[in-house]
Amino acid sequence: MSTSGVMTPAATGATPARRGGLMLAVGAILLAVAIVASLAIGPIFIAPANILVILADAVQGVRPTDGIAMRDAVVVLDIRLPRTVLTALVGGALAVAGAVLQGVFRNPLADPGLVGVSTGAAFAAVLWIVFGGVVGIYLPQILLAFALPISAFLGSLISTILLYSLATREGRTSVAMLLFAGIALGALAAAGTGLVIFVASDQQLREFTFWTLGSTGGASWLKVGIALPFFAALFAGSFWLARGLDALAIGEAEAFHMGVDTQWLKRLAIVLVAAGVGAAVAISGVIGFVGLVVPHLLRLSAGPMHDRLLIGCALSGAALLIASDIVARTVAAPAEVPIGVVTAIIGAPYFLYLVHRNRAALGG
Amino acid sequence: MLIGRRITVAVKGKTLLQDVDLSLSPGQVLAVVGPNGAGKSTLLKAMTGERKTTAGEIELDGRALWHWPAAALASRRAVLAQSTEVVFPFLVSEIVTLGMRGKLTAAEQQRIVQRALAAVDMSAMADRIYGTLSGGEKQRVQLGRVLAQVWSCGCTYLMLDEPTSNLDLAHQLLILRLAREHARSGGGVLMILHDLNLASMAADQIVALKDGNRIASGAPVEVMTDDLIAALYGVRAQVRGVPEGPFLLPQTARLLA
Repeated sequence: MSTSGVMTPAATGATPARRGGLMLAVGAILLAVAIVASLAIGPIFIAPANILVILADAVQGVRPTDGIAMRDAVVVLDIRLPRTVLTALVGGALAVAGAVLQGVFRNPLADPGLVGVSTGAAFAAVLWIVFGGVVGIYLPQILLAFALPISAFLGSLISTILLYSLATREGRTSVAMLLFAGIALGALAAAGTGLVIFVASDQQLREFTFWTLGSTGGASWLKVGIALPFFAALFAGSFWLARGLDALAIGEAEAFHMGVDTQWLKRLAIVLVAAGVGAAVAISGVIGFVGLVVPHLLRLSAGPMHDRLLIGCALSGAALLIASDIVARTVAAPAEVPIGVVTAIIGAPYFLYLVHRNRAALGG
Repeated sequence: MLIGRRITVAVKGKTLLQDVDLSLSPGQVLAVVGPNGAGKSTLLKAMTGERKTTAGEIELDGRALWHWPAAALASRRAVLAQSTEVVFPFLVSEIVTLGMRGKLTAAEQQRIVQRALAAVDMSAMADRIYGTLSGGEKQRVQLGRVLAQVWSCGCTYLMLDEPTSNLDLAHQLLILRLAREHARSGGGVLMILHDLNLASMAADQIVALKDGNRIASGAPVEVMTDDLIAALYGVRAQVRGVPEGPFLLPQTARLLA
């Protein structure tokens, strides 16, 4: 089965504008706007000018001590800032992980949420929360602090390796096998997650919707700190993979001919994706479609070269998820809609459009 | 020197190549011919290091091929595979740029990319999306990428799997001229060709494969005989005979531009 038809744009020979640098600037501006909006919007609106003053003071270690100024500083620095930073990291990581996963599978439909990678992470995270105490007493303290993201990382690593071995034969990935195997793995992991949650009814577990549709509520600097090393590994490592992923897009054998150690490249890429997705799921549950929509739109605007693409994904993925989070916490205020509902409303139609446009390559 | 001795490749009990000897020296153009399924591509893949051999040995510059890391290998040889499908909407110029190896300045990169695009007659389509090209155009872009690799790091060996299969007459001749030029400048070229006329024209040496065995090897004049054609393809043809009716003699063909 050919995978090529899926990737080529509908454009028939028109010269596409390659405004890579411009797209990165647009991504950075969108992210800055999203961050300010996220800090400003909520039950109490805080003017952007005040936010900048609060942030500038905080950088110098100064916090207001009276009245409304103190209240605003608490809201911005202690409530909204950790949530915004966490959301930005998760969004950037999901988009970069999506782009890397698509590079490895040589397929633009490989979204960590769609093909069961995130669900595998959620299952492993839930297993750790319920049963981890049994082994936890034998673990050193430092490892224990990171045990949740490490479990989620292992869960998404196992899912990705299973998926790869099911969908790929001799370096060629079947689009149908990728999606079908991903759906099956995802359904199995989600069923396992549900079973553990309803049987254990553990206080720490939060709700089933957290593990299926995600939430960035309950963010704290501790959670950001615990997940940060995993995100840092993904961001730093994947930019290093950029040239190899470019070569892999031309072909598995071709990449080898061009000097890329493809086995090593794919292993490293899969570990990095699992690290990023695992950490994201551990702190914010399963959030779908960010890893699908962001890389695809960026390939069309900034081009598919991975050095630019991955930076663009980090910026735009962060901006998109912050925007989704603002919607999720305001649309039904004071209640919060799971953030995965918002990303699915944007992403699922986009996925349908992609599938529809490439139906020939999918055998439909 | 790239030397293969008694190369044997077997998959699931089926022997694809049996004790094939092949050596390629700088300055030489070597063409591999034979019917479909004779093992030509398997032989080329073994010689590039892409495919593991079941038995036999392959040496590049006196060192066993499987001891070469992928990156070092790519600085010594470049490969054009058959029918390459590219995922994601890359531009023609980006594909060629990806072939580049080593640390080069932006100006040097630019110069090599333009030279490679010109060499395969694709300069006018540098900004097109690869996926929208025809089969022959795609083949030329891939060859341009291979040339960018050769010129950016001074690869000695060039291995081409049916480089002319999708091309019109003029572009077939263009590719053969590039192969000859590479050999003249001290490189070695190994290519699989189906067209016996083109092979006779471009190669210093022809190796004929059938059912995984090497059944002939030597200069075109020695190898290209009626008996070999019969043995290879089960076809009776007169080599150097003149068929009835109009015919085109590619040996007399020269590029006009």
